[in-house]
Amino acid sequence: MAQPPLTDIKYVFTTKNLGIYYGKFKAISDVNLNIERNKITAIIGPSGCGKSTLLRAFNRMNELYPDTHIEGEIQFLGQNLYDPQVDAVEVRQRIGMVFQRPNPFPKSIYDNIAWGARIHGYKGKMDELVEFSLRQAALWDEVKDKLHQSGLSLSGGQQQRLCIARAISVRPEVILMDEPASALDPIATLKIEELMQELKKDYTIIIVTHNMQQAARVSDYTAMMMINDQRAGCMIEYDHTQRIFTNPQDKRTEDYVTGRFG
Amino acid sequence: MTEQPLNPQFSFTDNTAARNRVGGLWQVVFRASTVVGILALVLLLLNIVNQSFGYVAYEANVDPASLAVNGVALADLPKEELIKVLQSKISKASFTKLDKDGPFAKRSSDEVLGLVYERVVEFEVQETWLFWDSLTNKAGIEAQVKKEFPKAKLTFESWINPGFITRPQSSNPVIAGIRTALLGSLWTILFTIMVAFPLGVGAAIYLEEYALDNWLNRLIQTNINNLAGVPSIVYGILGLAIFVRGLEPLTSGAIFGTVDPTTANGRTVLSAGFTLALLVLPIIIINAQEAIRAVPQSLRKASYGIGATKWQTVWSHVLPNAMPGILTGTILAISRAIGETAPLVVIGASTFITFDPSSPFSKFTTLPIQIYQWTSRPQAEFRNLAAAAILVLLMLLLSLNAVAIVLRNRLSRKY
Repeated sequence: MAQPPLTDIKYVFTTKNLGIYYGKFKAISDVNLNIERNKITAIIGPSGCGKSTLLRAFNRMNELYPDTHIEGEIQFLGQNLYDPQVDAVEVRQRIGMVFQRPNPFPKSIYDNIAWGARIHGYKGKMDELVEFSLRQAALWDEVKDKLHQSGLSLSGGQQQRLCIARAISVRPEVILMDEPASALDPIATLKIEELMQELKKDYTIIIVTHNMQQAARVSDYTAMMMINDQRAGCMIEYDHTQRIFTNPQDKRTEDYVTGRFG
Repeated sequence: MTEQPLNPQFSFTDNTAARNRVGGLWQVVFRASTVVGILALVLLLLNIVNQSFGYVAYEANVDPASLAVNGVALADLPKEELIKVLQSKISKASFTKLDKDGPFAKRSSDEVLGLVYERVVEFEVQETWLFWDSLTNKAGIEAQVKKEFPKAKLTFESWINPGFITRPQSSNPVIAGIRTALLGSLWTILFTIMVAFPLGVGAAIYLEEYALDNWLNRLIQTNINNLAGVPSIVYGILGLAIFVRGLEPLTSGAIFGTVDPTTANGRTVLSAGFTLALLVLPIIIINAQEAIRAVPQSLRKASYGIGATKWQTVWSHVLPNAMPGILTGTILAISRAIGETAPLVVIGASTFITFDPSSPFSKFTTLPIQIYQWTSRPQAEFRNLAAAAILVLLMLLLSLNAVAIVLRNRLSRKY
């Protein structure tokens, strides 16, 4: 059977028995997960269960931490992400990331967007790319008159949307978000959540969150993680968000999402 | 408090007053140590200033006033007139010899004036007084001069003056200057910066951003930290072995075919610059590492997160944000190099030369060596010169540190 064109592949990511190690310590064990295209997938679970570690595995950011390695496999659009021939730099361009604390570069708003495109050899009209990225991140109207001010002069919520615009600027296919709203106030959080609904038309989004309501509000699928008795994080349930929050199959999930512990 | 404690078995005694007393005591101790430090600094400065200014009694072979031509004072005469004065007052043979050493056509009028002072006027310092004595005991000094040196003139001199900085070294304290030493210091430091800055920053980048955390790199790191504490004279011996002896063809300029006629071997500006570069390299590396480490990790992640390579991350984010710290550290290290004496003595810096260094392959002397040489002379007036030279050195160091502060403030950013 011929391989379907990439755009026909329903699942952006497929993990098979994924395990992640920090040195000899196994932080993640046996994760099997299919991430659907143009959907928002939330990863929830108590602190220290490896949600962020799992998220970073999707764009090989874990490699920046010393002495990490994985076992099993992550397929990205049918290709093994950890194949020796796959370049981590290219992976991170195609799979962007937004971090917990807004971390714009200490440069102008304009350069925050333009720098990424420039290093990837973008030769087109930079002004248009900047405007496009800022519009997609719903930030354009607020900053169009001060593009040459420092990105750090913006408020926390605006900085986080600037970081989203920066991730968009290099034309990724997936955006990974690591608790993107945990450092923001409720209004800024709401804006980010609305923005995510817009973005999922163009991008696949995976979000790690501590905020149960947020996961319930924004995501289409939810993965519930928990620590097993070897202190390794593993996925105990993965389903439609609605089902996770209304009719979970696992008792632990039910306890967690109803706030009985965690 | 008189109330009965909630749980009598865990009763605490009220010791707040005692704790505050102890805290106050320590505060006094800390303040006292600061005061001692400041006092030491003030004493040092007062001592130097005390020696740099004051009354000088000197006799002249020929009164400079008598050399005035048509009412124009000697110091204001044009070069041609000065040459004429010189020609008329010294023997023909001496004049020819001077012309042979350095043709008068090429000498500046200041130089010729210096020669007139040296050969014709022949100032001779009889006695010098400290600044404090000069202020408080003027009458006593005048009486003493009248009695002991009836022919001497007494003037209030500032040993540090424009001429002091622009004149070359001389054996006559009245006309001795530090130009040679100052230029030697600047030449040396130029090569130190050119070698130590790129090497130091490069090593720091490697150790912080590229090196893996394994035993070899930890060993290297430990050794760099230790090298920063090695006595400078050890670097002098190393420099003597490597640069002066081992690399003599390079440091003497022989392989470039441009050996300085006054230098027969590798004891050159270049060797001195390299040696001082070795000396400050560990300090620069450590300072640059600190600065690089202070760049927040979130910035690197942001850069990697949009697909930047390691080099793009280092070049566009880590280095620009670490630069204020790197520059501050480097300038402080260079300040230390400027003040170094011992390693340069070991590699054979000249103690007395009267011509300026003109190339990397020149013989040289530096300010600290000049100061050292002057303080070890028996005549008291050379100590005044040394004090003046110390003031110049301090000013040089202070201005370098000021540059460091300005650079840091101008380049520093908030994250």
